[in-house]
Amino acid sequence: MPVNSTHYLFLSLLLFSIGIMGALMRRNAIIIFMCIELMLNAVNLLLVAFSKIYGDADAQLFVFFIMVVAAAEVAVGLAIIVMMYRKVHSVDINILNRLKH
Amino acid sequence: MDIYDILFWILSAFAVGCALGVILSRNPVNSVMFLIGTFFAISGHYILMNAQFLAIVNIIVYAGAIMVLFLFVIMLMNLNADVEPQKGQLVQLAGVISGGVLFLVILASIKTAKTESIDKTSTDIGLIADLGKVLFTRYVLPFEISSVLFLSAMIGAVVIGKKEETKSVSKEDESEMKQFL
Repeated sequence: MPVNSTHYLFLSLLLFSIGIMGALMRRNAIIIFMCIELMLNAVNLLLVAFSKIYGDADAQLFVFFIMVVAAAEVAVGLAIIVMMYRKVHSVDINILNRLKH
Repeated sequence: MDIYDILFWILSAFAVGCALGVILSRNPVNSVMFLIGTFFAISGHYILMNAQFLAIVNIIVYAGAIMVLFLFVIMLMNLNADVEPQKGQLVQLAGVISGGVLFLVILASIKTAKTESIDKTSTDIGLIADLGKVLFTRYVLPFEISSVLFLSAMIGAVVIGKKEETKSVSKEDESEMKQFL
């Protein structure tokens, strides 16, 4: 059975679900952040697959802009995590639910 | 089954295996290494689909820059010793069940999607010259706006990550001024 669009749909759905499970299972804020990156990459993979199927360059530019936004997001998010570690000496998200101390 | 299909299955198995390693390994440094493996597998998919520019950008930006940033932060906080408390078994089970139910729901909805065959011949829409033409004609405004986004993210990261010394200094100044008064 040759590879078609359904294979790419299933693959990126699987990667996205693994990212969701990781974000719900783990308590380490950095790991949750990495799972969000995994979900973004699953979507990127699907966009590139549809760009290949329909022969359109716009989807690949959307992937490019998603990477740009993800880079900015990682810079700000890691700064927030470092600041939080400096205050409470932990990256456990259960400590964050108080929001004051 | 030609070489495209074989490479697709190998890269898919590698990507899914590494993604499972990300969420299952206890040590955060191992998670970062597995995530880098996932990104390389996804870059392999991009090369397979003739998106060479995105494959290189994915390796340079994601596996090169962002993951090194993650590794820096993890080693800065000395988290590589496994001191992280795990969630309770019940919460972990609930997370797996919720993710699995989401997987099944979307699977049921895309099961009947129209199947499009993939043209396996080489095209040049993913090459850098073609993408650059589209980027600088139709998408030139989002491109310029993203530079403003980068600038604001950079300033925001510096402001957030800065140590709060100015506030304490100003408080000292206030107390000094009260004493003086």
